[in-house]
Amino acid sequence: MRAYRTFKTAMRALRRNVMRAGLTTLGIVIGVAAVIAMMEIGNGSSLAIQHTIATMGAYNLMVFPGNSLLAGISTGMGGSMKLSPEDADAILTDCPAVAAAAPVVWARAQAVYNNLNWQPGTLYGTTPAFLEVRDWSEMAQGNGFTDRDVRNCSKVCVIGQTIVKMLFQDEPPIGKEIRLMNVTFKVVGVLRAKGANMMGSDQDDIILAPWTTIKYRVTAVSANATTSAAAASTASVLPSQVYPATQTSLYPVPSASQQADTPQPVRFANVNQIVVAARSGGEVKDAIEEITALLRERHHIRPDMPEDFTIRDMTEMVRTMSSTTELMTTLLLIVAAISLVVGGVGIMNIMLVSVTERTREIGLRMAVGAQSGDILHQFLMEAIVLCLIGGAIGIALGRATSVLVRLIKHWPTVVSPGAIIVAVAVSALVGVLFGFYPAWKASRLDPIDALRYE
Amino acid sequence: MREVCKTYHLGEMDLQVLKGVTLSVAKGELVALMGASGSGKSTLMNILGCLDRPSSGEYWLDGREISGASANERARLRNRLVGFVFQSFNLLARTSALDNVSMPLTYGEEYVHEADMKARATEMLRKVGLADRMDHQPSQLSGGQQQRVAIARSLINRPRLLLADEPTGNLDSHTSEEILEMFRTLNQSEGLTIILVTHDPQVAHHAKRIIHIRDGLIERGAESKKEEKPE
Repeated sequence: MRAYRTFKTAMRALRRNVMRAGLTTLGIVIGVAAVIAMMEIGNGSSLAIQHTIATMGAYNLMVFPGNSLLAGISTGMGGSMKLSPEDADAILTDCPAVAAAAPVVWARAQAVYNNLNWQPGTLYGTTPAFLEVRDWSEMAQGNGFTDRDVRNCSKVCVIGQTIVKMLFQDEPPIGKEIRLMNVTFKVVGVLRAKGANMMGSDQDDIILAPWTTIKYRVTAVSANATTSAAAASTASVLPSQVYPATQTSLYPVPSASQQADTPQPVRFANVNQIVVAARSGGEVKDAIEEITALLRERHHIRPDMPEDFTIRDMTEMVRTMSSTTELMTTLLLIVAAISLVVGGVGIMNIMLVSVTERTREIGLRMAVGAQSGDILHQFLMEAIVLCLIGGAIGIALGRATSVLVRLIKHWPTVVSPGAIIVAVAVSALVGVLFGFYPAWKASRLDPIDALRYE
Repeated sequence: MREVCKTYHLGEMDLQVLKGVTLSVAKGELVALMGASGSGKSTLMNILGCLDRPSSGEYWLDGREISGASANERARLRNRLVGFVFQSFNLLARTSALDNVSMPLTYGEEYVHEADMKARATEMLRKVGLADRMDHQPSQLSGGQQQRVAIARSLINRPRLLLADEPTGNLDSHTSEEILEMFRTLNQSEGLTIILVTHDPQVAHHAKRIIHIRDGLIERGAESKKEEKPE
């Protein structure tokens, strides 16, 4: 009951000087609003930065086949033909830290359209998952090719902006056909511009096609060499047999007796590389471990033997990413802390001034029987009420600010319930802490002095 | 025994303001406390009003010896037994007369209901003749009216003792008359004990008894005619 009366007295006192109450509240309003707006805008920016770095491929892993030794000569990285598209599928299904995986077949070929020709910097045969891995799914025009295109060896391709410029100039490229090694490819999609990568090579100078098409219809070199052996020893029908290579063989076709004399192992369709995207920056390490374990098992490597593949991650980019994230988090924390301290000090100042200004009132209240506890509670209550009201207005204002920023500047913002809870809790705490000193000071006044105060 | 008795002995180590004051005021008296500034008049009034405690000696108020009471006990005593009227009115600004008057009730021992509070404050204001000014704020009232609000406030807890510190100091002579007349009426009709602190002989003249204080000692009027000193 006493508390309720004190509350009423406090409310009445606040209502008596709305201006002063408003000014006091303003401090905390601005503090809380600043915290929430900064947190939301900051979190949004932080996410956007992470996303940008991720787009550059920070989460990406590259799996290359290891080297192979042939008559004492090491082929160097990627020499062995141990990596298969099935490995890519297995990585995606069996490794929980992996978000996407795509096999890649390298090729070089002259691209021709009408009277223009161009050698693309990158000609990859892959699956649609490649775009997912490289965060490139959103097309500038048209669509990407599909898994069905991969199965069917469809002659379709997706081209980068540089290719569009070099081959098509002002023509719309969608639906047009370009030739690669005399195979016609229908352009189904145009990639978004990505610019140069960190090493300076143009990432838009690219043509992507289903890996089956590239492997069996364009390069076909390795396929050609294996065809006869494969045909002789396996019953399975590879696409390379259905679609004969268009390129003339560099070597004479071995006769049946030659093949019998030098039996070649049956080769599966190997790929040059598997690109993998981890689910997040933190899971890159897990992904490496999982892929290593999986591929060792799939390639039947004994525990004491070295791996026949290599996994590379973007160490530098991952480091950039984590340091950026850390930086943003620290920055936000500091800004939030400063805002709250500023708000709190504002409250304390006005409360202190208010105590001085209301000395006579305090003296009078004490003269008519208020105990020092009553005065303490009243001033504390006033501070808390102001802080809570300020907190509520601050939340609204902070949210409004971040929404405005999003609408006007098109900045990404992220609602952060944590920030709201912390801001309110801290504003209440600030109210008690910063309200306590003036309240205590008021309660310690001697009624005689207080009444005499001018 | 419904008598209000006071006995003083106050000695200060460094500065002896009151050098052993002994006086008594009976219930229902209207007393004026007179003295030049620096005579210890204010100190005496503070002790009388339980705002301060004597450093030595005894103070009996309403049959209780309270010179040893703690700050919070004295706050309760002030609330229950003493009403204050100040020279500068000391009303809460931007607060209606009604709220000003009912304010002491919020610090009372027992909980007083909102409606009850309002009824009592209304009654008090009516008693001081401000029934039509209940919702006015102090800034909308004249000096005399403000002082009457202050009197209503001092009476709301039905005190045993009303202490008026230069109640007419800020008022013109005509309104002073009115206020003093009101004190006299209250004293006569309700038997309220009133102590007027003043340096104005004109004001003191209204009282039935005048206590003169000088250099911390009672010069004249320490004993009431019908009162016997305890001890």
